[in-house]
Amino acid sequence: MTNKLIGQNYVTPDLVAKVTGQAKYAEDFRVDGMLFCKLLLSPRPHARVARMDTSKALAMPGVKGILTADELPAPADVVTDLGQRIAANTKGEKALTNEPVYQGEPVLAIAAVDEQTAVEAIEKIEIEWEPLPFSVDPVKSLLPGGANARLEGNIWGKPKPPTPGQPVAPPAIEELKWTEAEAAEYAHGRLPTGKTPDEWTYGDLDAGFKNAALVLDESFVTPNTSHQTLEPRTAMAYWQNGRLYIHCSTQSVVQTVGSMSRWLQLDPKDVVVISQYTGGGFGSKATGTITAMIPALLSKKLNAPVMMRIDRETEHYIGGARPAVHGRLKVGFAKDGRITALDMFVVNENGPYEPVGDTGMTGRMVSLLYQPMAMRWRGVSVLTNTPPRRAQSQPGGMQGIVLMEPILAKASRKLGVDQAAIHYVNAPEGKAKFGPANPRGERAYATSAFVKQALDRGAEMFRWNERKAQGGKRQGSKVRGYGVSTSAFVAGSTGYDGLFVIKPDGRMYIQSGIGNLGTESMSDCHRVSAEMVGMPWEKVEITWGHTGKNLPWSCVSGGSQTIHAHTRAAHAAASDAVKKLQEIAAKAHGGRPEQYTVANERVSGPGGSMTLAQAAQKAIDLGGKYDGHELPENVNAFTKASASALAGQGLMGVARDTYKRDGITHSFVAGFAEVEVDVETGKYQILDYVAIADVGTVIHPHALGGQVLGRSMLGIGHAIGQHWVYDQQYGLPLAKRFHHNKPPTILDAPQKMAWDALNIPDPETPVGARGIGEPPVAAGCCAVLNALADALGDDVFKRAPVMVGTLVAALDAGKAVQEPLTANI
Amino acid sequence: MTEETPAHVSRRNFIKGVVAAGAVASTSAYLFRTTTLHGQPSAAGAVERLMTLNVNGQDRRVDVLPQQTLAMTLRYSLGLTGTKIGCDRAECGACTVLIDDVPHYSCSVLAQRVRGKKVVTIEGLADAATGKLHAVQQGVVESQGFQCAFCMPGFVMATVGYLKTNPNPTRQELAHGISGNLCRCQDYDKILTALARGAELMRG
Repeated sequence: MTNKLIGQNYVTPDLVAKVTGQAKYAEDFRVDGMLFCKLLLSPRPHARVARMDTSKALAMPGVKGILTADELPAPADVVTDLGQRIAANTKGEKALTNEPVYQGEPVLAIAAVDEQTAVEAIEKIEIEWEPLPFSVDPVKSLLPGGANARLEGNIWGKPKPPTPGQPVAPPAIEELKWTEAEAAEYAHGRLPTGKTPDEWTYGDLDAGFKNAALVLDESFVTPNTSHQTLEPRTAMAYWQNGRLYIHCSTQSVVQTVGSMSRWLQLDPKDVVVISQYTGGGFGSKATGTITAMIPALLSKKLNAPVMMRIDRETEHYIGGARPAVHGRLKVGFAKDGRITALDMFVVNENGPYEPVGDTGMTGRMVSLLYQPMAMRWRGVSVLTNTPPRRAQSQPGGMQGIVLMEPILAKASRKLGVDQAAIHYVNAPEGKAKFGPANPRGERAYATSAFVKQALDRGAEMFRWNERKAQGGKRQGSKVRGYGVSTSAFVAGSTGYDGLFVIKPDGRMYIQSGIGNLGTESMSDCHRVSAEMVGMPWEKVEITWGHTGKNLPWSCVSGGSQTIHAHTRAAHAAASDAVKKLQEIAAKAHGGRPEQYTVANERVSGPGGSMTLAQAAQKAIDLGGKYDGHELPENVNAFTKASASALAGQGLMGVARDTYKRDGITHSFVAGFAEVEVDVETGKYQILDYVAIADVGTVIHPHALGGQVLGRSMLGIGHAIGQHWVYDQQYGLPLAKRFHHNKPPTILDAPQKMAWDALNIPDPETPVGARGIGEPPVAAGCCAVLNALADALGDDVFKRAPVMVGTLVAALDAGKAVQEPLTANI
Repeated sequence: MTEETPAHVSRRNFIKGVVAAGAVASTSAYLFRTTTLHGQPSAAGAVERLMTLNVNGQDRRVDVLPQQTLAMTLRYSLGLTGTKIGCDRAECGACTVLIDDVPHYSCSVLAQRVRGKKVVTIEGLADAATGKLHAVQQGVVESQGFQCAFCMPGFVMATVGYLKTNPNPTRQELAHGISGNLCRCQDYDKILTALARGAELMRG
């Protein structure tokens, strides 16, 4: 069957509104009597409020009220989808605090009739601070005598094993210090490999190193990079009849109801989330942001709508960042470049709050992507007094791959093996295993992997074999370099619901609970349903972005989950509708339901044919399951409530994704880069970049291409300039705006960029599509890093980003001269 | 309580948005609330707060504080929320509008300084009578340009302004022409393709 919609470009339903300025983001809403609030931010990296006087602020004309940390609801337990209760982490992030643990942390909020009055009131608040110890460097915190970021210690302890019938206990903060002996290598610029709380291993590591033709042992530091979404996490809230209406910037819509209701201790039925347009998230707005509860609480307290407009500097503090990882990797290679043993050690900068997942993900992704014959992973996530870390595109996977790729490229030169070939010989294939074995001795595996095909396609598109010989050859002051990188990340979840109604007007009304952060998944996924019921796209209406409008239970729009999760859910709902249409036609025209086919807006079979519009009317006449008055038992309660509200309007397609899946879904990318360096000035340009995506079936080429190259650019930013700088003595950020952090501009983009997708369906999902948001990042970053090393040699940089100054200094000295281990410089 | 973005921008709604800009998005109480609480009456010799601003071909009377930026005036006094504020400080270009056909960061222009000048925002680009998109907007629609699109109004206005000085740019020239605008989805390649398509459509 040739697809009419899947795999085709089209104009998404949000695009004209975006390009005419009609699209409304959180800050674009206005309500009668709306107040504005501003935040008082901590001026210190760690301190306690000793005394506070708010009287002058509250006496100002136009000031309506204040919200302090003492007025927040206590942190609530988390109840998972499976009904498991996880006890509240009282040491986790809160919206406001009297003990700020990073400079810029919100302490209190003031609401006033306008923003300027609120700003002036904040200035009139008097606080006496009790300074507390702080740390902005995770490795230094582990050294003997190093400071702790929290009063209780510097790492999160392991969660205690659950007791049946009891809530799962949250982790506790503990202290970890290395001994003088363990820390000794720090003085020599090598990351010490002291005690860590987490460790796993598989295979025979000693034998792997013993049999290796080459062993490399390298320390490397990846950058801290802010998400810097262009839309700050502004929120506006009001209450009506006891229900909270919150306009917020969030990646997910339906999933944000859960987080908001938990933060505010409300019944989820009393929370309405409105977010039709979100100005970027990149992981940092996965289910909204905890600070969005501030305008909600102020609105309740003051009985007026409250807008909290977040400015760029505040966004730097509360908006989240990808954690930097200090890594030390010892890698053994056979003569052909095959990795015989890999000993990976990471120190992750956790920020001050909840333990981040990046730490463990470094090892799992490296294990999957390079398939080492034996591997040990050790890691520790260290608390620091720097802004909270949040998942950022390819969280942890990106850092792990950035630690690994320069070593792989170095080995290719030392062994005389081509860069593409060394990736090829180590590439995962099919149901490739990864990570450690579980207690039953089984290792997890991917649903499918076609990395070798991606490398072949990329080498062909880039003309790798012709061009690579020019690497390192100098022409005047210019030298070119060529780099290859592969990349991997988790790419899809399962178990969500699809919901739509075909009405007697002959149109299809699809409910989408997916967030609209620019990936277009909120529309693209539903092309599957329209395709399967033979509905022309012009007759499809999508409702999205408002949980008061009967949306189905949907996944978190993050972590490359959505296209996988919701093409499955769309397939399930469409299958349900097709079955109902066949039954309706058979009832009307005779014969068996399976003798009828659904195509071209009709359901046709041996007894006759009817239009979908006629079938929709018949569904209403029949009632029951056909028009949504009876619902499948297994759909989520959220979906049930939405479907019940839509019942009786036409033929309903409603189902949960229960399709089997063997393996854990991952996507892969191969990237190829060409750089040109001026060895006199250190300035370099990326001339060409090609990315090949192994992401299963292509649903919407324009959107996919945007993700592949857009996320590649995010990674390239990590290679060429984006990073944080901290004053090490006072623990204060020096780089907190765009022009300090230096995210890439349009002039930093490669002169030529191209992408392609293999379009090989994943065998473990009915439509064949896997996610794409994550894996291009590391491929973009590392292809550029490897191209720089190809041009200039192996000992030029020891951390990323690689700035012009780094190259000038290294070329002058004939070796890498970067400070090797200090964090945030 | 609030009106959301319409799923389809109808011609009628679009014209309403352009002509009565603000009334669609805002409520009158908000629009016309005075700002006397600041205690900033016009001082002797100071500029008058009440001014006429020519925006998208319409003269609009608006009360503007001396320190109020054009971006805040457009968004908060006139309800033209298509102009986005991404950084408040001339770093990202999301607030780019045309002032007498030249692109400016409206976050860094005082509203009082544009008396007698013509301001065009993203809402004023399409044909007010027919709703037909401007060629640059059409280029974006054809190429599915941009992702989250928070930067899109600024990029589109910067492009429209730049093309007035160079109607037939190379890809590289166009990139330079709009390099004062930042996209954090980093979809630069597709953005350039879309805007170059817009330039092509403009040339006809």
